[in-house]
Amino acid sequence: MPEFFQFLVSGLTIGAVYALVALGFTLVYNASDVVNFAQGEFVMLGGMVTVFVHAAGVPLPLAALVAVIVSVVLGLSLYWLAIAPARGASAVSLIIITIGASILLRGAAQIVFDKQFHKLPAFSGDTPVQMLGAAVQPQSFWVIGGTAVMVLLLYVFLERTLLGKAVLATSANRFAARLVGINTTTIMALAFGGSAAIGGVAGILITPITLTSYDVGTLLALKGFAAAMLGGMGNPLGAVAGGLLLGLLEAFGAGYISSTYKDAFAFIVILAVLFAAPQGLFGRRTIERV
Amino acid sequence: MTCHSHFKSLAIAAAIALPLSGLSIYSPALAQQTVKIGSVLSVTGPASFLGEPEDKTLRMYVDKINAAGGVAGKKIELVIYDDGGDANKARTFATRLIEDDKVVAMVGGSTTGTTMAMVPVFEEAQVPFISLAGAIEVVDPVRKFIFKTPHTDKMACEKIFENLKQRNFTKIAMISGTDGFGASMRAQCVKVAPTYGVQIIAEETYGPRDSDMTAQLTKIKGVAGVQAVVNPGFGQGPAIVTRNYAQLGMSATPLYQSHGVASKSFIELAGPAAEGVRLPAAALLVGDKLPDGDPQKKVVVDYKQTFEATAKQPVSTFGGHAYDGLYIMVEAMKRANSTDAKKVRDEIEKTKGFVGTGGIVTMSPTDHLGLDLSAFRMLEVKGGDWTLLPPGT
Amino acid sequence: MLAALRHRYGILLVLAIVIAVLPLAFPSSYYFRVASLVWVSAFAAIGLNILMGKAGQVSLGHAGFFGIGAYAVAIGPTHLGVPSLVALLLGCLLSALLAFLVGRPILRLKGHYLAIATLGFGVLVALVITTESRWTGGPDGMSVMKLTLFGWRASGSDTWYWITGGLLLAGTWIALNLDETPTGRAFRALHDSEIAARVTGINVNRFKLQAFVIAAVYASLAGSALALMNGFVNPDQAGFLHSIELVTMVVLGGLGSVLGSIVGAAVLIMLPQVLTVFQEYENLLLGAIIIVSMIFMREGIVPMLSKFMMGRRA
Repeated sequence: MPEFFQFLVSGLTIGAVYALVALGFTLVYNASDVVNFAQGEFVMLGGMVTVFVHAAGVPLPLAALVAVIVSVVLGLSLYWLAIAPARGASAVSLIIITIGASILLRGAAQIVFDKQFHKLPAFSGDTPVQMLGAAVQPQSFWVIGGTAVMVLLLYVFLERTLLGKAVLATSANRFAARLVGINTTTIMALAFGGSAAIGGVAGILITPITLTSYDVGTLLALKGFAAAMLGGMGNPLGAVAGGLLLGLLEAFGAGYISSTYKDAFAFIVILAVLFAAPQGLFGRRTIERV
Repeated sequence: MTCHSHFKSLAIAAAIALPLSGLSIYSPALAQQTVKIGSVLSVTGPASFLGEPEDKTLRMYVDKINAAGGVAGKKIELVIYDDGGDANKARTFATRLIEDDKVVAMVGGSTTGTTMAMVPVFEEAQVPFISLAGAIEVVDPVRKFIFKTPHTDKMACEKIFENLKQRNFTKIAMISGTDGFGASMRAQCVKVAPTYGVQIIAEETYGPRDSDMTAQLTKIKGVAGVQAVVNPGFGQGPAIVTRNYAQLGMSATPLYQSHGVASKSFIELAGPAAEGVRLPAAALLVGDKLPDGDPQKKVVVDYKQTFEATAKQPVSTFGGHAYDGLYIMVEAMKRANSTDAKKVRDEIEKTKGFVGTGGIVTMSPTDHLGLDLSAFRMLEVKGGDWTLLPPGT
Repeated sequence: MLAALRHRYGILLVLAIVIAVLPLAFPSSYYFRVASLVWVSAFAAIGLNILMGKAGQVSLGHAGFFGIGAYAVAIGPTHLGVPSLVALLLGCLLSALLAFLVGRPILRLKGHYLAIATLGFGVLVALVITTESRWTGGPDGMSVMKLTLFGWRASGSDTWYWITGGLLLAGTWIALNLDETPTGRAFRALHDSEIAARVTGINVNRFKLQAFVIAAVYASLAGSALALMNGFVNPDQAGFLHSIELVTMVVLGGLGSVLGSIVGAAVLIMLPQVLTVFQEYENLLLGAIIIVSMIFMREGIVPMLSKFMMGRRA
């Protein structure tokens, strides 16, 4: 049984990061129909900028803030410089643009930063907490808690603020939204900035556990995309559920089946889910997509 | 077709050919006074932690050699291409080095995958190629024009098992990376384990990009009778394994890392969790702690100082492999007093007592590596630094 | 010439001329090597374009089939004693069979769900190749025996230039002809509107599956050709990044345009060779070039150029 809890904690921690990446995918997808394969790069930026600003002598919380700001600025730039000018291009052309953007961001990061691996100090020390026989890194609580807070903030923003309602309206029907006077271009920019912020925060939270380098983004984008699809593209709750589920699948797969084939196990489950429910786990339930 | 369309089809042909032929403008008239040494390295991509220090080392020391008058009366012209870790690209760049740049020698090939892709090109062109890749298959079987400088993974397994034997450990667990390095070393360890009376009673793996190995380690923890754990792997993986190992409270069981963990950054990344970790490594990591009489001391201390002053990052044995390869090549050219590819090859094979960062190299027609187990030192992490393990412990 | 490119045999003729004349401009066999790589990738991209451009279905796991073809000619002769050419055909057969079996459930999915399912398939193939090292040599790959035909061994960059060039011509010819068959017309109907196609009595699922199988065979053949040409294989060729590269070739060149796939492949193969002189700025520039080309040529290079030229003429 202690093993079970160890796998559970491990899965939830990694799953929380997948969930945040998937949430970023969802936010952008809903506002603009773009599948943003550069989403993983914001996670990289969050971690790397924090590492380098912190190393320059800036206190950690301030460095983290700088990292989020940098991520948001780059997210907005991605929208204004690459996505907005290509308005009207086909979905697959837009995907290629975001792939280009991810190559570009990675290329820039290896010049601005370096190609080494880096770490951040854990926010509340490295002494593991013993829980139900499992040894848990305190940082895991930060990751899981941070994810919960982000999801909650996003929910409150979407449901309780006028601007959030505008985002909802845009994702429901862009044309109708424009008719009622919503500036959908601003909304799309907001989505890109927001998803970059989410990615940046994910990068900051996870770096003390997983380390970071200029090229961690690719795999995270792949996993985050898989998580978003597993949950049902376009549904924020689905994205979170998909992310956590994917993390748990990997951890339990590695623990109980085979560590070599754990990724295979995760993808076989995804394929099975899609064959049974072609819209993902929560894709069909929502009529008003977020 | 009208005349007009003829022109256009030509224009298209030219448009396709031009970007390619644009590359050949680099054939300077001073080719007479220079000797071209080529290199294909994984400067970017997943193996960039190998390629980057190798790239910096080669550039640094070629400048030095040229400043001191070059080799055999000629200045070295270094041509480096970045394969991004992609074997197919490496193969293309190898062809480019041979056919287009007309290099007389090659020092490069960061990974076993890229090296093995390039080997046929150099064998066919009969150009000496000193590889910087780890696996034993590069020089076993011996190929006439292929050499390498890094210790083999088989030697690392032997060195670790030797140490296990001294401590009377017979039952171990292995957790290996599924990248080329980890998979190759794992296979070698499985092969030589019986010779040392070592039994591998649990085995786990992790992917090259995995960021959490607690699940695998928890499984190992649950296996009764494990006396030590060996982790063949490189990159960030071993640092995460080491951290998770401490997190799960497994530190009472000794953990062995491999020579894939070959720079101070491992200790930085793993933090206090690295305390007590043992590994076989080149003398380079403990240069300043070597006794004064050690023949390698001067070479490794010099290299460390030069590299760290110029590159502004901690020295790694990977860069050291490039240093060794370059100097074995240059000294062979000096001895041959020629830059003829075949003569240089013959002289490389006659390398004897070359003191490098990786060890003392003596090659022969049947040994294109020229290192033995004494090239490895057994190290232990103590107080946040490498320490030399006294023999017999 | 423009008129020639609008007729299918015109495209074929121009391509044949380019393949035949290009070597005259090659100063060394390195150019043969790069050109052969372009032909092989173009061949795979043309196949993928049948699926993406004609039938309107995305595949993010196409390198999986490429890898199956590559490893077929590696494993067949080495472990099973099967001659290379037979192994190549077996690879095609295996790819077709897998595409047929996997395609049935996968192709019921739409849009991004199809993308993730194909991606999952590709990841699985790459994982098996990386892991089953007894057969595949593991992550470092394995060497491939040279292709021998009636005692003649195919080696050397120039030999492979002609082999891959011939292959590309054949692949182009088939793809162009497909356009004019009922299947090709059904594909186009499918691309424009799946529902409309269904309404007019086209068996949508059957045609999607056909396109998937055809594309898989194209990729498998390209994989075999590359493996035989290189004399080695490694799992990267079956990997996710290679799948993305193939999709980028198709989209960059122009969805639905056979010529576009060739141009897209040429651009993506040659860019790294050209950009390598910029050293560490290589990836930065590559990313920027992809973004800028897609913004200004959102339908792809070839459709945009032909529009532009027609516009000028008018």
